[in-house]
Amino acid sequence: MCNQTVGLVAAELERQGIATVAIQLLRLAAERVGAPRSLLVPFRHGYPLDAPDAPARQHAVIETALHLLEDPALSPPALRLLDS
Amino acid sequence: MGDLSEFPLGYRLFLKTYGWRRIRPTPWSPLKRPLAECRVALVTSAGFVLPDQSPFDGSVRGGDTSFRVLPNDADLSRLVDCQRSEVFDHEGMQRDPNLAFPLDRLHELAARGRIGTVSPRHLSFMGSITAPGRLIRETAPQAAQLLVEDRTDAVLLVPV
Repeated sequence: MCNQTVGLVAAELERQGIATVAIQLLRLAAERVGAPRSLLVPFRHGYPLDAPDAPARQHAVIETALHLLEDPALSPPALRLLDS
Repeated sequence: MGDLSEFPLGYRLFLKTYGWRRIRPTPWSPLKRPLAECRVALVTSAGFVLPDQSPFDGSVRGGDTSFRVLPNDADLSRLVDCQRSEVFDHEGMQRDPNLAFPLDRLHELAARGRIGTVSPRHLSFMGSITAPGRLIRETAPQAAQLLVEDRTDAVLLVPV
């Protein structure tokens, strides 16, 4: 349900003019809800940025998400997979 | 991961038959300036609250659609996990809240110029919302308005 919640909030932010990128942990939810920009990560629920106390790994996931924000070629809804 | 295999059978069946809310049409707001000039905020569904904030209400049928504002200088070690879901492991995000609310990572990105600034306010929801009507109609628009007031350019949303 968390995946749907952030997708729905992302949609409202975009309606109000703010660019968003949402991490997604569940392919089913990501595909059904269709947030504007989503990064589907291969981690278990509760671990959206991979691992605790692992700043470099967390930065790597965030950096991939930020690239989605910067990609002018994307069209909505955009769903990209993170290579683990 | 990314599929249903990590969940108990009953929850898998629920997710397979659940009526997901499709976003249609898809709103789309491209970045208006380079990311290095953008103000960036976080939205988490981890259900984090600060000790002086009211906890999320896990007894609300369909889910508590409210949100809490977490300030830019929030002490992550004081965040309280109010997420009611029992279908995932909370240990990681309790040990390191950055796992689900990467405020330290955002400050580091600003310090090295990858983003412009960190927004003064960030938002915490408790994502276990099965009936999101009120979220869509009321609380998400209210939450978005706060970030508009803060002149936020971009948001990273992190579910758990």
